Amino acid sequence: MTRALALGLFWLGLVSASAVPEVNEALILSDAMPQRLQDFGLLVDGKTPAPGVVPYHLNTPLFSDYALKFRFVHLPKGKKAKATGDGLLDFPVGTVLIKSFGYPADMRAPDRDLRILETRLLIHRAGGWVALPYVWNAEGTEARLKRAGQRIDVSWTHSDGQVRSISYAVPNANQCKGCHVSGAAITPIGPKVRNLDDGHQLQALAKAGLLSGRTAAVHPMPVWDRPESGSVTARARAYLDANCSHCHNRAGPADTSGLWLDWDQPADTNLGIGKRPTAAGRGSVGLEFAIKPGDPAASYLVARMASTEPGIAMPELGRSVTHDEAVALVSQWIGQMK
Amino acid sequence: MQAAALAVLAAAQAQAGTIRVEPGDGAQDRLQAALIDAKPGDTVEIAAGRYDLTDGLSLDVAGVTVKGAGPAATILSFKGQKGAGEGLLVTSDDVVLRDFAVEDSRGDGIKSKGADRIVYRNVRVEWTGGPKETNGAYGLYPVESTDVLIDGAVVKGASDAGIYVGQSKNIIVRNSTAMYNVAGIEIENSYSADVHSNLAMHNTGGILVFDLPNLPQQGGHAIRVFSNRVEKNDTPNFAPKGNIVASVPTGTGVMVMANRDVHVFGNVIGDNGTTNVMVVAYQSAFTDKKYDPSARNIVVRDNQHGRAGWAPAFPGGAELAAALGGAFPSVLWDGVGGAAANVHLKDPVMTVSLNLPAQGTPITQAQPAAYAAPATAPAKDLPTIVMPAAMEAAAK
Repeated sequence: MTRALALGLFWLGLVSASAVPEVNEALILSDAMPQRLQDFGLLVDGKTPAPGVVPYHLNTPLFSDYALKFRFVHLPKGKKAKATGDGLLDFPVGTVLIKSFGYPADMRAPDRDLRILETRLLIHRAGGWVALPYVWNAEGTEARLKRAGQRIDVSWTHSDGQVRSISYAVPNANQCKGCHVSGAAITPIGPKVRNLDDGHQLQALAKAGLLSGRTAAVHPMPVWDRPESGSVTARARAYLDANCSHCHNRAGPADTSGLWLDWDQPADTNLGIGKRPTAAGRGSVGLEFAIKPGDPAASYLVARMASTEPGIAMPELGRSVTHDEAVALVSQWIGQMK
Repeated sequence: MQAAALAVLAAAQAQAGTIRVEPGDGAQDRLQAALIDAKPGDTVEIAAGRYDLTDGLSLDVAGVTVKGAGPAATILSFKGQKGAGEGLLVTSDDVVLRDFAVEDSRGDGIKSKGADRIVYRNVRVEWTGGPKETNGAYGLYPVESTDVLIDGAVVKGASDAGIYVGQSKNIIVRNSTAMYNVAGIEIENSYSADVHSNLAMHNTGGILVFDLPNLPQQGGHAIRVFSNRVEKNDTPNFAPKGNIVASVPTGTGVMVMANRDVHVFGNVIGDNGTTNVMVVAYQSAFTDKKYDPSARNIVVRDNQHGRAGWAPAFPGGAELAAALGGAFPSVLWDGVGGAAANVHLKDPVMTVSLNLPAQGTPITQAQPAAYAAPATAPAKDLPTIVMPAAMEAAAK
């Protein structure tokens, strides 16, 4: 290698290392759907935010085949999200919610050899929220728009030491809406005040000038897998809220089932207690009730969570393996029901 | 307002384009991308051939026509489906689906939800392995929609209902064939439907009009079932237990449950081993105070009956037949609601009421007796269901 070329490469390396992205506010507010995620300037890489992009977390997240998730929010300069009740934050136009999904080589060392598969953007534009899914290349250097979705073969060593392999499904743009919809409009799901309130996070966001209004929920959701954070009932209900209620609510895609699993749903027939299947077909797996108090084995809500078979498995999207720990929690909840 | 919307739609249609999809490599991506990229007024034309799909397809753009080269030529096969609850999901208004087939989806065949003014024309949904409990639930599954037109469809093998319209308003199901399903055609929790000129054969039950509690839309009413052939419904019930249709006795022609103002007339109904027409209340316990479980204002008239009732396929059926002198009736009412239910069963065939005193009374307490329509005048004829002209034009 010549000295000149080596110098040139060194210089290129310096430039790319120092190229801190700058958030492209104009692009965010436009109607454009750029092919490259990088054009937005929101991320340095799949899990590192650019300046002005802030990480956040949820008490009880949506399960997505054990993928690790990295959540960020970008608010337009000088604007704040507003917390009025326990529900979704009110985000100004120009907000971007960012979620990256990835797998480490070994779940017991989640920081090492992490492969980010996709980054989903939820952009609040003048005409409403827009969902854009971006898929990273194998090197993790570039993410491209993939509105028709994609399947990616993934393997990792699970926390029990066993190797797991799945066909990971990046949702298509319609499937994004399949969950992120209320009535006819696209909406965020996760950042609800009750699911953000961990005792610190909302205060920190307010202090950073990103949040106005309340900094505590009236009824915060516990951390589903942390027993000290709430009762079995509260944690099971939190899990159902985060994993099911975006469809199973009175205005959601599964409203016609009459099974409504949101945090505020009273413990009645529409929560599934003594509820017979409506249009479940073989999803009922031969059982008569969504929830049979005291008998999780006779409750098809549990059976559908445990199944991985399309047509039976719930949720219909984003899950190809069973979330064993969650099945155990919901079973425990139903088991102690009288 | 509506004129403005129509003008916009007309303008969009003036520039309508066609997106053509051919079979071959990457069909899943190309087909889904076409359904995402289509603009209102566009036609997504799916060329003849077989498409082996791994995931459900979905359409969320209003005013799009999805058109194949015919239900025997354009075949969307979901045999290798890995995800999603149905083969094709439509969530937008003014969509026309025509001239293609969906086979072997893991869940429902084609579902449309909150999709007003939808037309299903000359489509086929089939589970090719015959009737099996592991087949998907519904073949065609429009739900929560206003103005639903199903014309010339064929559905075979659904483990619940072949053609199912749920929680919808203003519905026509016509000229369609439902075979080897648990329920051939089912109208559930819906208002104002004409089900006519269909063939429902070799199902467990031919045509069902049901209403269930604890749902956003209930109180099903104003349903006409006429000019259909409902024959030889003899496929043993293969519905997964727990579902309401699992309670349909094998060999049922037309079954009306917990609806009001249902008129069944001018059909050919025969060779149904349990009975040709059954009118009943919802039978399970329920807590929903807004729910009326009984069948009321029912008219059954002018049907041409074939053989029925030689093999009543429900618990207590044989005993009932024995109590009735060995023959099971061609037309049966459970009697719930008594005279106030205003049930007019007027076909000149063996017609029996079980005289059950109340909803939920077990059939062992039946006091079966020949039933004659009450002297009160039957309900007035129901109006003909009319679709918006653009829908009828699209169904040509």
